[in-house]
Amino acid sequence: MLELKGICYSAEDESRETEILKDIDVTIDDRFVAVTGPNGSGKSTLAKIVAGILKPTAGRILLDGVDITDLSITERANMGISFAFQQPVRFKGITVRELLSIAAGRKATMSEICGMLSEVGLCARDYVNREVNASLSGGELKRIEIAMIMARGTKVSIFDEPEAGIDLWSFQNLIHVFEKMHEEIQGSILIISHQERILNIADRIILLADGQIKKTGSKEEVMPELLGTGAHCKTLTDKL
Amino acid sequence: MDAIQQNLLEQVAGLHEIPAGAYNIRANGQMAGRNTTANIDIVTKQDSSGIDIKIRPGTRNESVHIPVVLSQSGLQESVYNDFFVGEDADVTIIAGCGIHNSGDGASEHSGIHRFFVEKNAKVRYVEKHYGSGDGSGERIMNPATEIHLAEGASLEMDTVQIKGIDSTKRVTTAQVADGASLVIREKIMTHGRQYAETDFCVEMDGDGSSVNLISRSVAKEHSRQLFKSRIVGNGRCQGHSECDAIIMDEASVSAIPELTANNIDANLIHEAAIGKIAGEQLMKLMTLGLTEKEAEEQIVNGFLK
Repeated sequence: MLELKGICYSAEDESRETEILKDIDVTIDDRFVAVTGPNGSGKSTLAKIVAGILKPTAGRILLDGVDITDLSITERANMGISFAFQQPVRFKGITVRELLSIAAGRKATMSEICGMLSEVGLCARDYVNREVNASLSGGELKRIEIAMIMARGTKVSIFDEPEAGIDLWSFQNLIHVFEKMHEEIQGSILIISHQERILNIADRIILLADGQIKKTGSKEEVMPELLGTGAHCKTLTDKL
Repeated sequence: MDAIQQNLLEQVAGLHEIPAGAYNIRANGQMAGRNTTANIDIVTKQDSSGIDIKIRPGTRNESVHIPVVLSQSGLQESVYNDFFVGEDADVTIIAGCGIHNSGDGASEHSGIHRFFVEKNAKVRYVEKHYGSGDGSGERIMNPATEIHLAEGASLEMDTVQIKGIDSTKRVTTAQVADGASLVIREKIMTHGRQYAETDFCVEMDGDGSSVNLISRSVAKEHSRQLFKSRIVGNGRCQGHSECDAIIMDEASVSAIPELTANNIDANLIHEAAIGKIAGEQLMKLMTLGLTEKEAEEQIVNGFLK
């Protein structure tokens, strides 16, 4: 169970402080939780705060009742938090096999790698010895990023816009991946997404707007709000 | 050969025992072993220190090992090795130098290698430099490589210096004729107060010739590196050089590329990138459970692999 208590985050920009998250209170113990909301609403910031990449300016984070607010990224990872980046990172010289082995915490065998990659629609034979460098496309990287989270199999898995760059064929697979992950791990999967099809499988949707939780609840409860987020000027409203 | 020399030999040539094929092992300035084959002859030079390696035309799938080890502190030597590779030969040459210095005198090895590669011959040349020993004496290596590629010849050179060399200046010059190709891959890691300088100068004289210089380096602590590359295109040719460096701690890296096209069909490219390890790379590996130090090691090892 992941609990966020009074999480605030401000960033300094040209000597001006901007509040990105304002007093976020939420408990996540469901199977699938989708976090959605307009661009700039603080979704990615929230994910980074849970993973330990950003430190909140106020508030506490608890994992299974243990306060992890002051723990490092590594410590949190070892306690069971995984985070799939929105923009996967490239590594010159590190192969897909090595990265998956690091994720799994042991030297993965060819058949294990084959299992991991085939789940995300990649053939291990073509990828296992490839470097995770600029020769891979954005979509390929994204799938490898997801395979890494599967290889870890931790109790909390966070995905930041996993659908971005994934083509239609693999989209259905992606949903299957999430379902399978839950079956195997019985943990919580937190997905930041704009995609209706992902929101559809969520047990709970958290709608963020302007750094605050605007609404949280089932799909039926939250979806109607989705269209009405953000105040726009007349020009934009006319176009929408 | 003693245990220290054997360890050096293993580090620079991957040799646990006497290699198959032709070889010449030099230890502390003396010949410690030699073997020739029907196709590869090794002859001691009369006028200077060094050897001539003569590879007959058409020699296929043979290798030559010419490792050098120095374990006597304060020994300084210059060695001239010439390789004559006959037409249509296809061979692997493994050189390398290991210095163990546990004394306080500087140990220095300057290997001057000249390659005369005849028409359509193919050479793979592997060179590894390694230093060990905890003496205050410096371990210095100044390899010079001179490459002459005849029509259609090709040479691929892999040069690695990962540990223990205090000061190095590596000068590589090449002349590339019609349809010949040269590939050089260099990997360097410096630490402490080490200094490494690389100086490439390649003249592509022939039509259809090509050169590709790839340098990857990591500079740690207070070490300094200088990468110079000069590619001259005199014919219809393709030239590419790439210098990619990770800089850490208080280190310093300079890259000075120079491209000269003397022919309208010379196509020359240089890429250089120097920077610290990207924060997001560290973060990604930390989210996989590695500590920052372990993440750094993974990134550096991968980069230099």
